[in-house]
Amino acid sequence: MAFIPHTEKDVAEMLGAIGASSIEQLFDEIPANLRIKSLAGIPPALNEMEIGRLMSARAKLDGRPLNFIGAGAYEHHIPSAVWAITTRGEFYSAYTPYQAEASQGTLQLLYEYQTMIASLTAMPVSNASLYDGASAVAEASLMAVRANRKSKSLRILVPTSVHPHYRKVAVATAGNQGLRFEEVPFAPNEGRVAVDSLAKYDGQDITAIVIQQPNFFGVLEDVDAITDWARERGIFVIASVNPTSLAMLKPPGEWGSRGGADIAVGEGQPLGVPLSSGGPYFGFITTRMEHVRQMPGRIVGRTVDLEGKEGFTLTLQAREQHIRRAKATSNICTNQGLLVTAATIYMSIMGPVGLQRVAAASHARTRELVTALSRVKGVRPAFVSPGFHEAVVVLDRPVAPVLKMLEARGILGGFSLAEHYPELGNALLVCATETKTSEDIESFANALGDVMKAARAA
Amino acid sequence: MSNVPADLKYTRTHEWVRDLKDGTLEIGITDHAQHALGDLVFVEVPETGRQVGAGEPCAVVESVKAASDVYSPLAGEVMAGNPELGTTPELINTDPFGAGWLMRLKPANAAMLSELMSPAEYESVLKAEGA
Amino acid sequence: MREKVIFEYSRPGRGATDQWPQAVPEATDIPSHLRRSVPAMLPEVSELEAVRHFTRLSQLNFSIDTHFYPLGSCTMKYNPKACNQYAMLPEFLARHPLAPESHGQGFLACMFELQEMLREVTGMQGGVSLTPMAGAHGEFAGVAMIRAYHRARGDLARNEIIVPEAAHGTNPATATMCGCVVREIPVNAEGDVDVEALKAVVGPKTAGIMLTNPSTLGVFERRIEEVARIVHAAGGLLYYDGANLNAILGKVRPGDMGFDVIHMNLHKTFSTPHGGGGPGAGAVGVSARLAPFLPIPIVGKEGERYRWLSESDLPQSIGRLSAFMGNAGVLLRAYIYMRLLGREGMSQVGEFATLNANYMLARLKAAGFDAAYPTRRASHEFIVTLKRQARELNITAMDFAKRLLDHGFHAPTTYFPLLVPECLLIEPTETEAKEVLDAFIAAMIHIQKEAEEEPEHVRAAPHTMPVRRLDDVRAAKQLDLTWKPTATKSTASVPLPA
Repeated sequence: MAFIPHTEKDVAEMLGAIGASSIEQLFDEIPANLRIKSLAGIPPALNEMEIGRLMSARAKLDGRPLNFIGAGAYEHHIPSAVWAITTRGEFYSAYTPYQAEASQGTLQLLYEYQTMIASLTAMPVSNASLYDGASAVAEASLMAVRANRKSKSLRILVPTSVHPHYRKVAVATAGNQGLRFEEVPFAPNEGRVAVDSLAKYDGQDITAIVIQQPNFFGVLEDVDAITDWARERGIFVIASVNPTSLAMLKPPGEWGSRGGADIAVGEGQPLGVPLSSGGPYFGFITTRMEHVRQMPGRIVGRTVDLEGKEGFTLTLQAREQHIRRAKATSNICTNQGLLVTAATIYMSIMGPVGLQRVAAASHARTRELVTALSRVKGVRPAFVSPGFHEAVVVLDRPVAPVLKMLEARGILGGFSLAEHYPELGNALLVCATETKTSEDIESFANALGDVMKAARAA
Repeated sequence: MSNVPADLKYTRTHEWVRDLKDGTLEIGITDHAQHALGDLVFVEVPETGRQVGAGEPCAVVESVKAASDVYSPLAGEVMAGNPELGTTPELINTDPFGAGWLMRLKPANAAMLSELMSPAEYESVLKAEGA
Repeated sequence: MREKVIFEYSRPGRGATDQWPQAVPEATDIPSHLRRSVPAMLPEVSELEAVRHFTRLSQLNFSIDTHFYPLGSCTMKYNPKACNQYAMLPEFLARHPLAPESHGQGFLACMFELQEMLREVTGMQGGVSLTPMAGAHGEFAGVAMIRAYHRARGDLARNEIIVPEAAHGTNPATATMCGCVVREIPVNAEGDVDVEALKAVVGPKTAGIMLTNPSTLGVFERRIEEVARIVHAAGGLLYYDGANLNAILGKVRPGDMGFDVIHMNLHKTFSTPHGGGGPGAGAVGVSARLAPFLPIPIVGKEGERYRWLSESDLPQSIGRLSAFMGNAGVLLRAYIYMRLLGREGMSQVGEFATLNANYMLARLKAAGFDAAYPTRRASHEFIVTLKRQARELNITAMDFAKRLLDHGFHAPTTYFPLLVPECLLIEPTETEAKEVLDAFIAAMIHIQKEAEEEPEHVRAAPHTMPVRRLDDVRAAKQLDLTWKPTATKSTASVPLPA
């Protein structure tokens, strides 16, 4: 119980050394009226065998349906070695690497991670992670406000084709510091931003624009045109990108003709992190060298020790909360170290070819899925614009009951857009990654056909 | 015991001011401040032309253990930031009152210079801080 | 022999081919101006090379599994393997965050029960939200809720947050992130908040005060009820930084002390893994008056079914703080830990954490070390100051810390709180046996003797670690933040389809 090793003899010796007669006496500075008698509301202890049974029963309740939901969290194959190594005690139970000499494993791994993510986004420098992709957009917005000296407006343009939860998190996180997030509607028939719709902001003081690529619908934005438009006007470009897609798509550092995005962020979950009901994931952030001191969170640097031997250490810490306090770049302290460990091992095992194959296979499977679903009567694709590994289909009837019927058959058919995008009608966001076979897709299409037919008859 | 040159004026927040006698003032941080910070790794000086208020943070000096704001002792216009500090921030450690100057300012009201601390007053501040 | 950076093992054409999906025909629908032309620089190694490299890296670390880690304020207790094992059951790992409630009753039951248990141990009757992803994130939620509460009542002038000078850096950083102004108050010589200074600073602009109890100085705020009265009387709210909850778990509840909102560090008190820098989880609990503002989503129960409560259920919520519902896997681990401890176990945590800390304090004092607050009981942690050694022997807390590494102990927290010069903040936790504590104390005594007789040896420590002391100044001035190949721009050998 409680993993406490003390024997009665230990306790007696220790109390003797302290000069106290009981453990209770050690709490004598605490006012008696504040002391609780017991935690009656907590259930009695379970031993490991019992908790194993309980958790297994609960896991079984949830089952493993066939999943076609994307919407910001993507199912990919994770090589067994990734978590076998990540859960080694030396990584799992290590602390933040403040004592560098005792943490060279973690520090070197983070340096390798920073290198990989920087290269993937084609930007020169990365930090050692943020909480997730959504909070990363918020942090990038705050960073843009700090770094974009020419702008005073604190106005951040956010297309509505950016993930709806990301937009909400940005407001909840950065709204208190005076940032104003302004929505830019996407072109309804294309599922992406029409560049000429940005003309209404010409001549106005805008601090930054967020561009998500691929966007929430899986559609590819016209990143070059938007980036050039923004950079011509001194507006910072914040790219929010899917890391797997970067094996196939032009990275933010190469967007437009004026040196690419200013800041790139994204959700790192697709890189070796399981879906796990939404977390823990990790956010990544990369930027240009001139903004490195405005980048929040931890950064690892390579240096030498007293004997000239190479070593790694946390650097640029003076900007962080534990030193700069009220004027820190962010309050972030603990980040997502273990997930970065997994992602670094994943990227190392998959390599550039493996990651490209995953991206290409996911893209191909989604095209196959959309084709198969569109053959079902009453189902059509929403947009013709090219996409990555997600797509929106529109049904000729409400989506929610259709999804429920599919659920009963063990299929999670996608994410309904009714709540966030009612203007798209009966819209459903579907996703197929390399984990789905042609048989899986056929099962889904057949089931959908049956369900639609039954709904039509009713 | 840190160096406190007799021909300068000082602030409670460890800045020094030198009257360049041409209508502008030279400003930096004191020997005590550079010693407390340790080896400087990065310095951010204000842009030329910027208007600053008295007591307004206008520069940042960063060492491994701290990043501190530098406050403008007087209101005025920034005439120049020390261009050497971009590549050689350690000038502030080796020569805080000379080559390690941070910025030059045209004060809005030159008479306010006399309101700043004398070397003796600054020394008592240091003594009170236990320096 | 230094372990190479992984890119130095890359060979063009090498890879873990059995992890690759089958190749597919080239995508014709994506226009070329949106395609990547130069592949990213990722390692090209075999699976064995990757496994060997990362396994060797892990062996360079200290960790709880391998070393005593008495880091004050971090609560480095044993991370039970069972928590990891059962949080990683395949069904839990495979569940999509947007999966329907019909395929989530098992997971949601764990989350709901975790909310309830955290409510119980903290005494925060208004409820708990599990979504913040770290302690600092929970702090943000807490201060944001305080602000939202005042604004909802039309009290827009309240934007000041009072913070003791000994507070953790995240506290003032958080206040700024919430658009508030920080007012610092001093701590007295006994380690308690200066109540007279507090009275001078509260007023109509006070939004609230952020406190840790026991404080960051390792001692209990004895006048906490009075502090609560003063702040409440002025119209402000009380925020509890739960970093030190381990000291009072099962003994005292923040809700009973008068706090209105608390964040808990599940990666401290509830033993979820530190992971080399996260992931944490900073669940927040509130009193009834702040309940409408809790961040969403929260798990609700209707009859026997669990469901998510979202914006429509909590229209005054401060909003969504993560893309989905926070660090779910971490929350599962905390749930399992709390079930393993049960009511009996949880009552013992505070007791034995406090016993271990007081034992170490007594023995170190007896050995001649100076406690920062010698007349006070230790909570679950305490501070030793080495300012005398710094003055007389020119040996600092940093030197002691580095020499402890040679003795096979991770150093305690150093130079925090900033208030105490040359300090070591020592927190053993309840999962350490007496012999481990004795060995640490013996090492401290040994280092003291060495400091007197061979000071250079201590100043040059560590001697036996993979690296000696590192040049921090160079690391900050000559920024080397990514590895660069010396020859070509990219080491990838396989060109991507044009």
